[in-house]
Amino acid sequence: MPLTTSLAAHEISCQRGGRLLFAGLNFTLAPGESLLVTGPNGVGKTSLLRMIAGLLPLHAGRIESGERSVPLPELCHYVGHLNGIKSALTLRENVDFWVDFLGGDGADLEGAYQTFGLAELKQLPAGLLSAGQKRKLALLRLFAAQRPIWLLDEPSVSLDTPSVKVLDKAIAHHLAQGGISVAASHTPLKVRFTRELSLKRDPLQ
Amino acid sequence: MKEAWALFRRDVVLAWREGGTIGTALGFYLVVVAITPLGLGPDLNLLSRIAPGVLWVALLLASLLSADRIFHNDYEDGALDVLVTGRLPLELVAALKSLAHWVTTGIPLALLAPLLGLLLNLPTDAFPLLVVAMLTGTPALSFVAAVGASLTLGLRRSGVLLALLVLPLYVPVLIFGVATVSAASVGPASPWPPFLILCALSLASLVLAPIAAAAALRTASR
Amino acid sequence: MWSLANPTRFLGIADHVIPWLAVLTFLLLGIGLCLSFFVAPPDYQQGETVKIMFVHVPAAWLAMFGYTLIALASIGSLIWRHPLADVAAKTAAPIGATFAFIALVTGSLWGKPMWGTYWVWDARLTSMLVLFLLYLGLIALWQSIEEPGRAGRAAAILAIVGFINVPIIKFSVDWWNTLHQPASIFRVGGPTIDPSLLTPLFVMAAGFTLLFALLHLIAMRAEILRRRVHALRQVHVERAAAA
Repeated sequence: MPLTTSLAAHEISCQRGGRLLFAGLNFTLAPGESLLVTGPNGVGKTSLLRMIAGLLPLHAGRIESGERSVPLPELCHYVGHLNGIKSALTLRENVDFWVDFLGGDGADLEGAYQTFGLAELKQLPAGLLSAGQKRKLALLRLFAAQRPIWLLDEPSVSLDTPSVKVLDKAIAHHLAQGGISVAASHTPLKVRFTRELSLKRDPLQ
Repeated sequence: MKEAWALFRRDVVLAWREGGTIGTALGFYLVVVAITPLGLGPDLNLLSRIAPGVLWVALLLASLLSADRIFHNDYEDGALDVLVTGRLPLELVAALKSLAHWVTTGIPLALLAPLLGLLLNLPTDAFPLLVVAMLTGTPALSFVAAVGASLTLGLRRSGVLLALLVLPLYVPVLIFGVATVSAASVGPASPWPPFLILCALSLASLVLAPIAAAAALRTASR
Repeated sequence: MWSLANPTRFLGIADHVIPWLAVLTFLLLGIGLCLSFFVAPPDYQQGETVKIMFVHVPAAWLAMFGYTLIALASIGSLIWRHPLADVAAKTAAPIGATFAFIALVTGSLWGKPMWGTYWVWDARLTSMLVLFLLYLGLIALWQSIEEPGRAGRAAAILAIVGFINVPIIKFSVDWWNTLHQPASIFRVGGPTIDPSLLTPLFVMAAGFTLLFALLHLIAMRAEILRRRVHALRQVHVERAAAA
């Protein structure tokens, strides 16, 4: 698994529910760069992230990483609106599953448990956590396996201010190591993004 | 390999823990078989003749009960996104989840069947054949149910729709499954021909159904 | 074939073809019915009731043809993404289902004088019943998914899965039937069909096929227009929202 890679989108367009959300979008990110996607609700921020992760087919154009031998979805961590955690499993079981399934070694996990304040809760069923804690658990997935591209959809939702600081530091650290981050947010994150992409609603399609 | 085992184990653990999934299917099986004589009358001769059919039809229905959880729960809480971006091909993910469904639903139902056969006066020398036939046929039921589950992901009334879509596809398994069991009591002399066809149906669905299920999962992206 | 891909061109062609097709269809059906009722001789055993065959058999053929058509359209939809393939598959389903239903009802009516009851689990009628259920499943799936793109792809997968299963189901139902009625059954079609009955049968079959094509074209036209109205409404809503 490569630790760094580049990401490039060429003339991509997105269609949901028969409507064209955006078209002719281009961007390039080198290792260590980050993109903030902003815009009103429904304009396609989530769709863009899901297209990069391979969860949504592109209507047109192509998205490529710098790494030819590994398919793009396997280079990404996608943390979306839904947390992707199973309530009936304990925190530890959730995380261990991600480590095994995503092919990671969990090297940074102990540190991540500590910084996110979840270390004492490992044996508890994930269903008992508060909304903020569930969000932090979902973010732990980023540390279960090393993947160069982080796709974060509204990552700071449900997080209190100290936790947002922790998230900011984690993203900054990831970027410093040569990773790429694409985040969609309509509230400002403290981390400084290399670039901003503002999606607008086009009323005349 | 590690990934595949992790997914399979996770699904089995979840089925076990998520409140009574296995128990409900078993209970449903019992209820349906128990009320049949109430509808048909307690004539033991009649019951023993129809027992293989009743046991199989009730098995199909009980199997379908838990089918929509094969993908539904993961779809609802976003875990399906994680599964799709893993290192396993989606077809293998579908196959492993279908297998987990078989282990947590199909096998228990098949093992319960002889006990219910007692209620229907099924001849006891048909019991081993019953269990073997059901253990052979239930994989096909789970794998085809997964196709239905993937097609109806996130839809309202998905349980009933799933049954409508999948039951006609169950007809061959039903026919040959019943024939295998009746061979001991009513039907043709040897259970081998229908049993071998049943094996073939299960093997074919093991290979083909995950392809259809994965294709359907891809169409359901939000 | 690709020139038809454009919905507008298709509508134009359909508008020209439909009136002629309608005339030809009703002409053929008219001739067929005349042949069936006045020219074909009554069966020595079944009397006039054998003439239900002239509706029952073509209806059964069309039901099977319809499902094959849907399967082919589904392949076109999934592999080549032919834009009209979705529309063709969706609109053919209710038509095929109706033909299957007609086959079942006429089969049942035909059977009553012979068997004494409206339904016996004859192998071919049972297979037709399962085919009818497969049609219902397709229609139900189309109805249940709101987003037309997803509905089209899901229904296409289901149609192909069903199509692969149809021979298996037919084989197992035939097997099941011989299992339970090993003695020679009075077959619904009769042991042989007299040649004097063949001409009306083929004329009726041709007429029914044209009827299927006619109804299908009309339905496809309606579906294309329906989708256009939907798209226009969406634009209208978005303009109002942006204003």
